[in-house]
Amino acid sequence: MSLTQPVGSDHQLARLLQIGIVLEEVVEARAAKHAEETDASLDPALRDLLDHAASESADHRSRLETLVDDLEAETVPFEEIQMLVEAQYEADEDFDGVLYDQLCNEETAYKFYDDLIASIEASDTAFSVDRERLLDVLRTIREEEADGVEEVTDLMEERQ
Amino acid sequence: MNTQAQYLKAIYLTQEQVDGPASTGDIAELLDVSPASANEMIGKLEERGLLDHEKYKGVDLTDEGIQQARDALQNYCIIERFLVEVLEVEDFRTEAKQLEGVIDETVAERLDTIIDREPQCPDCFNAEDDVCGLLEVEAEVSSD
Repeated sequence: MSLTQPVGSDHQLARLLQIGIVLEEVVEARAAKHAEETDASLDPALRDLLDHAASESADHRSRLETLVDDLEAETVPFEEIQMLVEAQYEADEDFDGVLYDQLCNEETAYKFYDDLIASIEASDTAFSVDRERLLDVLRTIREEEADGVEEVTDLMEERQ
Repeated sequence: MNTQAQYLKAIYLTQEQVDGPASTGDIAELLDVSPASANEMIGKLEERGLLDHEKYKGVDLTDEGIQQARDALQNYCIIERFLVEVLEVEDFRTEAKQLEGVIDETVAERLDTIIDREPQCPDCFNAEDDVCGLLEVEAEVSSD
């Protein structure tokens, strides 16, 4: 439903990449919190999923941070987002709730990168980062988010 | 948020301010578009059953239109509050307007998990100041 509005400047691009970093940090912090709260050690498949989600998000974040750095903007410290996630986190989630939350995380991230790629493709702006490298990084991350949606869906189906 | 949502939000806020139907001129001014563009979109929204348009009287949102406008406004509030609370952006109004066309409601919902939004949102939105009335109060307190 979102409108493909072209990204109009380095500043706006940096802001959108910062939002991407925050989304990744939210995934990373929530996955860690879920693992802590749900005793994921009792469920190896769930534990693997959460570990993978956290490490993949950390990797995406680092790739986005490189782009933000090239745009001479500041990143958003993980500790800050982790603190905000902790403050708002509701701990009474069961395994199904955790899986559903992970699915929302992956789907949201996929949608975000998909919209961002469309907005960059629709833009004529000459960014100070190489456009092809930028799109290449974002498309790779988007593919990994799509794989993530599939992994969570598979695990959900196994449990039905 | 798409163009339709941005129009519905603008009409909703204008109607709140005038406490009645919104004029095409006011809507166009709020969205910074030409009256002709506003008229064209208003026609489309009427066809979709989201508003009633009476010549010389103005535009009135239907119940469905109000619901969608409130969702759009809530999305906007999330973006503004996120910019202020998390990214500490000074010119958050301008940036929120640029971002509302790119930030989808599913993304806004995730951002909402790390901000302190009040349960009465979006009723606390102050159309004149273009910001959540409660966020403005907090900003004033913190600058003291």
